[in-house]
Amino acid sequence: MSVFVDNDTRVVVQGITGGEGKFHTEQMLEYGTNVVAGAVPGKGGQEVAGVPVYDTVDEAVDAEDANASVVFVPPAFAGDAVFEALDTNLDLVVAITEGIPTQDMAKVNKRLTEVDTNLIGPNCPGIITPGEAKLGILPGNIFEAGNVGLVSRSGTLTYQVVSNLTDRGIGQTTAIGIGGDPIIGTSFIDALEAFEADPETDAIAMCGEIGGEDEEQAAKYIAENMDTPVAGFIAGRTAPPGKRMGHAGAIVSGSGTGTADSKISALNDAGVPVADTPSEVAEAIEEFL
Amino acid sequence: MRLHEYQAKEIFAEAGIPVPESQLADSVDGVLDAVDEIGYPAAVKAQVHVGGRGKAGGIKIATSREEAREAADSILGMDLKGYTVDRVLVEQGVDFVDEYYVGVTMDRGEGEPVAMVSTKGGVDIEAVAEDDPDAIAQEHIDPAFGLHPYQARKVVYDAGVPAEYARDVSSILSTLYELYEANDASDIEINPVMITSDDDVIAADAVMNIDEDALFRQPDLAEMEEDSYQNDLERKAGEYGFDYVRLSGNTGIIGNGAGLVMATLDLVDYYGGTPANFLDVGGGAKADRIGNALDMVFSDENVDSVVFNIFGGITRGDEVAKGINEALEDFDEIPKPVVVRLAGTNAEEGMEILNTDLVQVEATLEDAVQRAVANAEEVAQ
Repeated sequence: MSVFVDNDTRVVVQGITGGEGKFHTEQMLEYGTNVVAGAVPGKGGQEVAGVPVYDTVDEAVDAEDANASVVFVPPAFAGDAVFEALDTNLDLVVAITEGIPTQDMAKVNKRLTEVDTNLIGPNCPGIITPGEAKLGILPGNIFEAGNVGLVSRSGTLTYQVVSNLTDRGIGQTTAIGIGGDPIIGTSFIDALEAFEADPETDAIAMCGEIGGEDEEQAAKYIAENMDTPVAGFIAGRTAPPGKRMGHAGAIVSGSGTGTADSKISALNDAGVPVADTPSEVAEAIEEFL
Repeated sequence: MRLHEYQAKEIFAEAGIPVPESQLADSVDGVLDAVDEIGYPAAVKAQVHVGGRGKAGGIKIATSREEAREAADSILGMDLKGYTVDRVLVEQGVDFVDEYYVGVTMDRGEGEPVAMVSTKGGVDIEAVAEDDPDAIAQEHIDPAFGLHPYQARKVVYDAGVPAEYARDVSSILSTLYELYEANDASDIEINPVMITSDDDVIAADAVMNIDEDALFRQPDLAEMEEDSYQNDLERKAGEYGFDYVRLSGNTGIIGNGAGLVMATLDLVDYYGGTPANFLDVGGGAKADRIGNALDMVFSDENVDSVVFNIFGGITRGDEVAKGINEALEDFDEIPKPVVVRLAGTNAEEGMEILNTDLVQVEATLEDAVQRAVANAEEVAQ
C-alpha cells in the first residue's frame, strides 16, 4: 500500500519540453512511472522521450486518460499551469517549480477549496512510492519499499533522512516533499491523515522547519487523531529572526512565531520525539518498529 | 525585499494616500536646504532597514535650524544596529491628536491576505497583537475579488475608529490593498496613520515588503533591490545568485537545499561550533557555481573553517568535486581548512575525484560537521 501515488497513477508532465521537464521525465520513466503525456502550449504533436505532447492538459487527459500531473513550468507561468491542472479535475497535481509569487499561490489556494484535487507543493521535490512510481525530482535509488511514511518541507533533508533509514534496512511506503513555500497545497496534516489511513505504514518520519505554524497544528492533530507513531526533526534552530533561510516560507517573524523551539515543544507535548541530528530520526523510527 | 520609508511613501503619495511633505538628503547642507523649505517642526529620519529607529536615535525632531543641523550631524554616518546611515528623510512635523494602525499582510495559515486596523497605532503592533489581540480588527480577503469596499468599512468600524475619520481611514485601507496587489507586496502597513489637530488623516510612516519571487514582473521595484543589501557579502551573494545569510560565527557552511543547509547550521551549533553563514548553492549546481560558493565563504573574514555538505538529487557529486578541486587548485595555500561530505547522485565518483591533498573528506554529515568545528577551534586559537 501507499498514499497518493502507485502503479496505477497515469501522469501528464506540464512543461515536458523544457530542460528540467525532459530530464526528469526520462528519470521518472526509468523509475517505472506511467508518464503517459506531456502538455506544453504550442508543442502539441511532438514527442519527448517517447511520450506524446499535447497543447493543453485537457487534451492530454482526454487522449491518455491521465489522472495526475507534474508541473515543471517556470515560476512566471506556473500559477497558471496549476490552475489549468486543477480545472481538469485530476486526482493529484505535483508542482515542483520554485519561486512562484505568493499572491499567485493565494489564488490557487482559493481554487483548491472548490475542487477535489490534491496539490503537492509548490517548491517541492515531489512524491515517491518506492518500486512503483515517482512524480518529481527525488533520486529514486536511495529509496526502498517498506513500511515507513515520510513527510518533509525540504528536498535534500528528505534524502538525508531516507538514506539513513535505507542504510538501516528500513524501507518506505511513500515519501512526500510538501514544499518550502508559505502557501502550499498538501499540508503536514493532510499527509499524516493519509498515512494514518494506510494499513502498511507502521511509523512516520516528519521533517519540519522554521516559519509558519504548520508543525504546531500537525502536533495537535497527532495528539488528537493518530495511533501511528511519529518521529520528528525541525531544521532552523540557529536561524536568526527576520531572515529568509533559502525557502520563502522559512522565516521566523519578529514576534517569535514559527521558531524551532515552539515547534519542538509542540511536537514533544504531542508525544513525538524530535531528533537533535538527522541520523537520530532513523534511530527513533527503528525503535518504533 | 524591504523598501525604504521614502520609497514606500513615494508609492503611497502617487496612489493618493496623504503623506507629510518631505525631502531626501544625504548631507548636512541638504538637510538644512530641506528644512528651509519645509519649515518647523521637522523630523529627520534615518533611511535604513531597521525597526525601532526612534529609540535607537535614528529619528530626531528639529524646531530650529540649529537643531536640524545637530540632528543631521548626529544621524548621518551613524551606525544603526549594524547599518551605516547615509541618507535621511526630512519631513514636515505633524501635530496629531490620535494614531492608528492600518496594514495588509498574507495570513500563511489561511493562505489568503488579511486587512488589519487598530486604534492602538504608533507603537509596536506585534506587541499589541501579543498582549491585546482584540485591539486589532481583521478582515480576510478573497484574492480573486480583492478587498470589497464594505469589508474596508467593516474592519475600520470593528476597530472602533470614530465615525468622523472612518471614511478617510477605510479609503486609505482600500488604496493600501490595491498597492499590495499591484506591487506584489508581502506586507504593507502604515503605523501610525495620524489624525492631525486639523482633523486630517495622514500616513506618518510607511512599510512595504515586496515578494522577492515576484520581482520578475515588478521591474521598477527590482531596481530598488540594489539598495536593500546589508553588506558587501550579501551584495556578492546577490550577484552570484545564492541564497545567503551572514551570521556571526566562524564555521563557514555550504550546502544544497534550504532544509539541509539549515540542518547543517544546527549541527555546527549542536557540536559546540558557531555557524558563520547560510549558503545554499541550489539544485543542479555545476563546477563554476561551486567555485563561486567557496569564494563567497573565503571572503568572509570571520570564517576559520569550511564544511561542504552536498546531498545530490539533481546535483551531481562529480560536478561538485570538480568545482571544489578547480577552486582550491588556484590557491598557493588553502586559506581555511575545508571538510567535504558528498552523498547521493554520483557521490562515489565525486569522492574518487576529490583532491585529498586540498580537502578533508568525511562519509557522514555528523562526522563532517564535527571535524569542521574542530578545525574552526584550532584555527581560531
